[in-house]
Amino acid sequence: MAVTRLDAAARPAAATPLLVVEDVSKNFETPEGVVTAVEHMSFDVAPGEFLAVIGPSGCGKSTLFNIIGGLLDGYDGRVTVAGETVIGPHRSIGMVFQEESTFPWRTVTENVAFPLEIAGQPKAQRIERARHFIDLVGLRGFENRYPAELSGGMRQRVAIARTLASEPKILLMDEPFGALDEQTRLLLGDKVLQIQDQLKQTCLLITHNITEAVQLADRVLVMTYRPGKLKRMVSIELPRPRSSEIVSSDAFGHYVAQIWGDLREEASRGMRDDEEHMLHEHKP
Amino acid sequence: MIARAQRNLVPLALGLGTVIGAVLIAEVLIRAGMVNRFIVPMPSQIAGAFHRVITEEDILHRFLVTAREALWATLLLAVFGIGLGVLLYRVKLLRDATETWVAAFASAPTVLMYPLFLVIFGRSENTIIMMGFVAGLPAVILKTIEGLVGTRRVLVNVGRSFKLTEVQLFWKIYFPAALPTIFVGMRLGMIFALINIVGVEFLINFGGLGQLINDLAERYDLPGTYAAICFVILVSVLFFFLTDRLEKWLRPAD
Repeated sequence: MAVTRLDAAARPAAATPLLVVEDVSKNFETPEGVVTAVEHMSFDVAPGEFLAVIGPSGCGKSTLFNIIGGLLDGYDGRVTVAGETVIGPHRSIGMVFQEESTFPWRTVTENVAFPLEIAGQPKAQRIERARHFIDLVGLRGFENRYPAELSGGMRQRVAIARTLASEPKILLMDEPFGALDEQTRLLLGDKVLQIQDQLKQTCLLITHNITEAVQLADRVLVMTYRPGKLKRMVSIELPRPRSSEIVSSDAFGHYVAQIWGDLREEASRGMRDDEEHMLHEHKP
Repeated sequence: MIARAQRNLVPLALGLGTVIGAVLIAEVLIRAGMVNRFIVPMPSQIAGAFHRVITEEDILHRFLVTAREALWATLLLAVFGIGLGVLLYRVKLLRDATETWVAAFASAPTVLMYPLFLVIFGRSENTIIMMGFVAGLPAVILKTIEGLVGTRRVLVNVGRSFKLTEVQLFWKIYFPAALPTIFVGMRLGMIFALINIVGVEFLINFGGLGQLINDLAERYDLPGTYAAICFVILVSVLFFFLTDRLEKWLRPAD
């Protein structure tokens, strides 16, 4: 399969994949007819690897996120985690959402301890565990604060800590810093890199931000605009451990330019499509 | 700490100041003859009537009777109002079939149904409690549905991603997320319930403060009537205070 060849070529020493997305397609029925959001997507993620999926708005990134996370069914193809087929939410996959998702009625500690509470851990044990993850995301001192008392970036870190507390094999993130300003986004990217390095966490990031994808990922999967297909897999050969300082390097710029070269055509197609749609909708 | 205390005191002082200001304006208008003193007594006369109402009219007992009726109506509203709201939220067909009727029922003058309730429950506290309960029910049901429907999708998805069961999803996510709106419904329900409770006490000349207001009005003791109405307001204030405490306990973040 062409897609698998691309995948293999982009990753030199492929370990046994932890996550396998195999020929996944998803159609939606709309008043205008059937819309194919994702078509024949195939890729895999090795243990400890950081894969970023990038594409223009409306290319089916969030559909892919929901399919892998088990929140969306009725698709063709197969998603497996460590050999197990994903049917519904899977305990090996921890999800971080784009929207603000902390529970406003719980403190930082109670938010982070939430999955442990669901797992039935005793209170003292889960609080201690939650504190470990709060430290990990750099929120020590804010344990008893409510989300309303935190900034947007801090709230997203709480959401990441909460997901990490469930000790997932794969951290699946859908534009977690999408609502934040560029500087905060870069700094939080550093935090994610530190966490990934410490925990050897396998990560799959869905994003539309090229800088973020190159800063964080080992490989970047570029998607086409509707229907969302794999356009190219780019292997990011930047040294690790990384930090946001890398954005000023020539190599970083080269990767950004390369990915933008692929994305530009797709984003333009998406823009034209949107404009035509609006013209059609507002026809006198 | 001092700044926070000051922040809390300012609205309190403003509220009290507004009430005192309104009372003073009423006093001046009535004394000046701009408002008929045979219809509206002067606030100073009402204040003077308090002692008499407390010592001669057994006000504490009547206050407790009305408060007890309001408490029972509130408990019934919490159990059945929230329960029905949850049921209608869960069963969409039922909600689509009945929501408009429930909303229409909210504007119905249910107090006029008191003869029917008298036939069913007799001239007793039960009639008064049930009339209060019926009046407050639509507000609690509608607000419970609104709160549950308004639960942000992403919070539910977080729960689903952690593999919560339907029961866990309800108690850990839907219910706490909907709680502020449910409490708005409970407060509205309590207002309607208290109006009906005092109204039915007045109409059937039975029970607590409503009956006293009826007695005093029939004796044309207007300062006493208004003093008794102040005690009805006190019941309302007491219940608002208690629900506020309860809400803060359940959702300390708000």
